[in-house]
Amino acid sequence: MQTAQTTIDADEVARFSAMADEWWDPTGKFRPLHKFNPIRLGYIRDRLCAHFDRDPRSLTPLDGLTLLDVGCGGGLLSEPLARMGAIVTGIDASEKNIGTARAHAARSDVEIDYRCSTAEDLMAAGETFDIVLSLEVVEHVADVDLFLDSCTALVRDGGAMILATLNRTPKAFMFGIVGAEYVMRWLPRGTHDWKKFVRPSELSRGLRRNGVDVSDISGLSFNPLSDEWRVSGDVSVNYILFGTK
Amino acid sequence: MKKNSFDVVVVGGGMVGLSLALGLARAGVPVALIERARLSDMAAARFDGRGSAVAAGSQRILDGLGLWEGVADHAEPILEIRVADGMSPLFLHYDHAEISDGPLGWIVENAVTRRALAAAAEKSSLQVFDGTELADCHFGEDAAMLDLADGQTVTARLVVAADGRDSPLRAAAGIEAVRWNYPQTGIVCAVHHEVPHRGIAQEHFLPAGPFAILPMTENRSSIVWTERHDLAPDILALDDEAFTSELRQRFGNFLGRVDVGPMRWSYPLSVVHSKRYIAPRLALAGDAAHAIHPIAGQGFNIGLRDVAALAEVIMDTLRLGLDPGAITALERYERWRKPDNMMMIGVTDALNRLFSNDIPPLRIARDIGLAAVDNAAPLKKVFMRHAMGLIGDLPRLTRGEPL
Repeated sequence: MQTAQTTIDADEVARFSAMADEWWDPTGKFRPLHKFNPIRLGYIRDRLCAHFDRDPRSLTPLDGLTLLDVGCGGGLLSEPLARMGAIVTGIDASEKNIGTARAHAARSDVEIDYRCSTAEDLMAAGETFDIVLSLEVVEHVADVDLFLDSCTALVRDGGAMILATLNRTPKAFMFGIVGAEYVMRWLPRGTHDWKKFVRPSELSRGLRRNGVDVSDISGLSFNPLSDEWRVSGDVSVNYILFGTK
Repeated sequence: MKKNSFDVVVVGGGMVGLSLALGLARAGVPVALIERARLSDMAAARFDGRGSAVAAGSQRILDGLGLWEGVADHAEPILEIRVADGMSPLFLHYDHAEISDGPLGWIVENAVTRRALAAAAEKSSLQVFDGTELADCHFGEDAAMLDLADGQTVTARLVVAADGRDSPLRAAAGIEAVRWNYPQTGIVCAVHHEVPHRGIAQEHFLPAGPFAILPMTENRSSIVWTERHDLAPDILALDDEAFTSELRQRFGNFLGRVDVGPMRWSYPLSVVHSKRYIAPRLALAGDAAHAIHPIAGQGFNIGLRDVAALAEVIMDTLRLGLDPGAITALERYERWRKPDNMMMIGVTDALNRLFSNDIPPLRIARDIGLAAVDNAAPLKKVFMRHAMGLIGDLPRLTRGEPL
């Protein structure tokens, strides 16, 4: 199945597979992602509505737009985006994640084309989408440049690209790894490797090289006092990036 | 979408439940309502004799839901509120001119509101299952399954319990409620008086409890007469002449001759507060979450604030493509509404305890306290704005913005 050159890191895939069944429990292991989800979905919706001239107050603002979710996991983003009206394709390198995502979509009566595949495979097949997004994935891939080359090739001209990841800063080490994995225990230890975190400048360069203009980079910040996430100007830990081709 | 499958199902077609369901339907949400009675029967004049105070903030909520239009012609503006301890001279006076151009609120007969809501339901995309009871409810992982007594099954991602202070759904979900009964009964009737009320609401604190005269249309007022629980049955059993005479003694003669309408209602008074407002796939609203003493006329108002907050949480969640029945989405609703409702329970309970007696030291203390409030303009304005529902973390509807 895999192409000769690959961005898949086998150890990473196995780790997420082990957690796949728990994806959809909002009070379980993935509670942090469920809490995080509304903020990043709001960012995605509002940016896309501005770019494609849609009404963010509609219940189906993304109606008819084709969207590829790279590294879709259990479908935590794919399903809401499909409910917003997008025609969603979700790909993940883990069979177990795709199985979980498919089973859940069937239960919730949402139509999504889930495939156990990679961005490289889709690129080889010449597929393109109005929107390509890949959230909290870049920091897990083996070759960031190759990954960006593939993802950008999947965006049609005039389309949009959204990436989110963790910045390679001392603060991200403190909050993203020590805080999230050891203190709060939001994530299992070993989920993240600080050395694989990516700076916004590195992502922007990789995108620009492929003809994608980055129009916004925002921070996604957690306030431990209010126990809430918000979109901010602080990109030193979690950040999200919007670009157009 | 599958047949009888909805994003939201509201159980209870009272004023709160129906307002929420109609507001969501208008915003395009697939929503259904389950009510054991017939909506048309509930809209009959005999069903509910009470009037409700609709505070300025609540009017904006009803307007934003497209429901004010149906009641506006029958809503009497409250321009002033006068509060007196017993029959003693006036000591607390609220005048709308002190803080805004508009009235402090309106008095609307519940029968009018229910009729307007039932009429709106006819024209709405809201699917109504009325005249049938909820037989069983199962809260599943992805949806709640509701079995109706007539054999139909309805599924919903979120169930809203607006089924009253004895909420069967609250019990079914295993949510406990704190409850105490007041040794008081609320006697309700309408009166006609000779002299126009000029939009003035009066509340006399009598030893048995508050006696309220609330301005209605056409030289009429709605009476809420709080009486000792043990005496109420005897008063209700009096013939028209004797009942009128008892009422006139409490009413006074400032509006000339007073005649009592043909119907009387009575309601036992109690407080109910649910320990939780939410559970997976369930949210409680209105009396199902909190029932309060009518002393401040705030019951329907805090119910409507639940409606505004819950509708906003549901819309914000659906607009992100997320699950409105997930506990993570509902937490915001509980955090938003619980403190405000608890404060209202505390204030109304304290007022009732403080005033429903004739103990001289208490009487002097409360009169001094309220005279002080009457003279402290900034404090008084805060009280007024709070009673009008215009203070706190306001939902979009209360701010006059679209849902």
